[in-house]
Amino acid sequence: MTAAHTARQWHGYAFVGPFLLVYAAILVAPLLLGIWISLHRADLFGRREWIGLGNYAEALADPVLHQSIVNTLVLTLLIVPPLTLIALLLALALNRATRLAAVLRGVFFSSLVLSVTIVTLIWRFILTPDAGLIAEALEAAGRAPIPFLSDPDLVIPAIAVTTLWWSLGFPIMLFLAGLQQVPGDIYEAAALDRASRWTTFRRITLPSIRRTLLLVVMLQTAAQLQIFGQAQLLTGGGPGGASRTMVLYIFEVSFGRWELGYATAIAELLFGMILVVTLLQYWLVTRREEER
Amino acid sequence: MSAAPSSRPLSPLVTGLLLVGAFIMLAPMLWTLLLSFKSNAALMADSGAAFAPPYTLENYRAIFAGSLTTRWLLNSLIVSTGATLGVLVLSSLAGYGFARLEFPFRRTLFVIVLLGLAVPEQAVILPRHQLFAMAGLHNSYPGLILPSLTGSFGVFFMTQYFRAIPRDLDEAALLDGASRFTLFWKVLLPLTIPAQATLGVFTFLASWNDYWWPLISATTSDYFTLTVGLASAQMNYAQTSGLGFLMAQAVFASIPILIVYIAFQKQIVRAMAGTAVR
Repeated sequence: MTAAHTARQWHGYAFVGPFLLVYAAILVAPLLLGIWISLHRADLFGRREWIGLGNYAEALADPVLHQSIVNTLVLTLLIVPPLTLIALLLALALNRATRLAAVLRGVFFSSLVLSVTIVTLIWRFILTPDAGLIAEALEAAGRAPIPFLSDPDLVIPAIAVTTLWWSLGFPIMLFLAGLQQVPGDIYEAAALDRASRWTTFRRITLPSIRRTLLLVVMLQTAAQLQIFGQAQLLTGGGPGGASRTMVLYIFEVSFGRWELGYATAIAELLFGMILVVTLLQYWLVTRREEER
Repeated sequence: MSAAPSSRPLSPLVTGLLLVGAFIMLAPMLWTLLLSFKSNAALMADSGAAFAPPYTLENYRAIFAGSLTTRWLLNSLIVSTGATLGVLVLSSLAGYGFARLEFPFRRTLFVIVLLGLAVPEQAVILPRHQLFAMAGLHNSYPGLILPSLTGSFGVFFMTQYFRAIPRDLDEAALLDGASRFTLFWKVLLPLTIPAQATLGVFTFLASWNDYWWPLISATTSDYFTLTVGLASAQMNYAQTSGLGFLMAQAVFASIPILIVYIAFQKQIVRAMAGTAVR
């Protein structure tokens, strides 16, 4: 092998090197450092004392953490299935070349450009019993206002509805993209066979967009397990911790109590949860595909 | 194509449901818009006042008259533009490298980059905060921009795009005596402009709306982005005393991103069709 040849081989790094450097320094390094920190009693200011799995033992016995895990799972379950279903139905309805459909697509996409701060700002004043939009409507109908954000039973559904409103656009886009890949002549054949709409949907459309469906569910699950801004800004986790999510708890433990080690351990647990759940979803769907 | 569902007209029932849905989507935004044109005093007295005149521009005037909102807007623009340019440059270079060049450990490195897709922000954000503190990067533009540049998605996306370009083009250019870099810069890169637009818009959107990282990295109000600034404003106000002003800030903060979105909407949707499905 000549020197010139070797040089040419390595020059690929001129192209991939810059990204790899950033990736190593700002993603890989903190990922590994995080595991290391989680094994310490550590504060925000760099003091560290090795305690092995002490933080994880604390997590097992921490009722506040347990409630935040339950809250997070309930929120995820309240958000992901309806979001997926509504987005799919909207995509099916809006997947046509009419002017009305184009306008409505724009309307349903629109909330996705808003930041969580603005979404919660708007929804706080919709939900507040003190002259909020819903309270005004109830008042006009002669009903008492409902304190959505201070009732421990209503706060989680209220955050779920806010999130649904905010998150619809992206899944609709993905489904529309998926639907456009289904070849039109399959539908023609189905129509010739006088297949009903439901049969057409179940036998043709659904199998064709299986991958998109999986992608939407996996992305949304991973996103909602990390739900944070809505809870922090709308309720601060209240009332009485009824809407404290895992990431909100991580935020409180690290930046409120300065217990970086414990907060990092919780973050690692959340990381594990996300990996397990999304891999399980992937495995369930692809296993069925292999069975066919 | 006559049987494809996309050409069937909507039934009246479905149309009705869609219009109700559209109303639910739009009503909160229109209400916000109305509130932003009402004086704070009028809203204090009666928030139902939003639905009737008089309307005023006083809240928007207040934004420009010495509030920090314009500074936060500038910060958001700098951070989002920086993140977008950074992601486009790094992803294009790396995408070309992984798609076209042979070098030691290429496959291994590509797999390591792809594994990054499975790493949620939560797994890195706290230790990253520690590292940035050590490097003195908090409350600075690089500190706000750098975390956006680690996304594996951009590299994956650009690699796929470069792979789809026929190799005949490379060979023709190299026979003409072009260097690897000229080939990349003059021949292939111009062909990836649709991909650049899509990746750019999504990066800009994500960076503009990012909340967790700027919340903990920017602690002085001079370096707040709009999301964090508005969150702090939201916390500082008593429930309704500055409602009109808050809503005007919300509208003001959404205008730039709406412009970007509307300008690129076609490109976004088209590119999603090509990539998201596989």
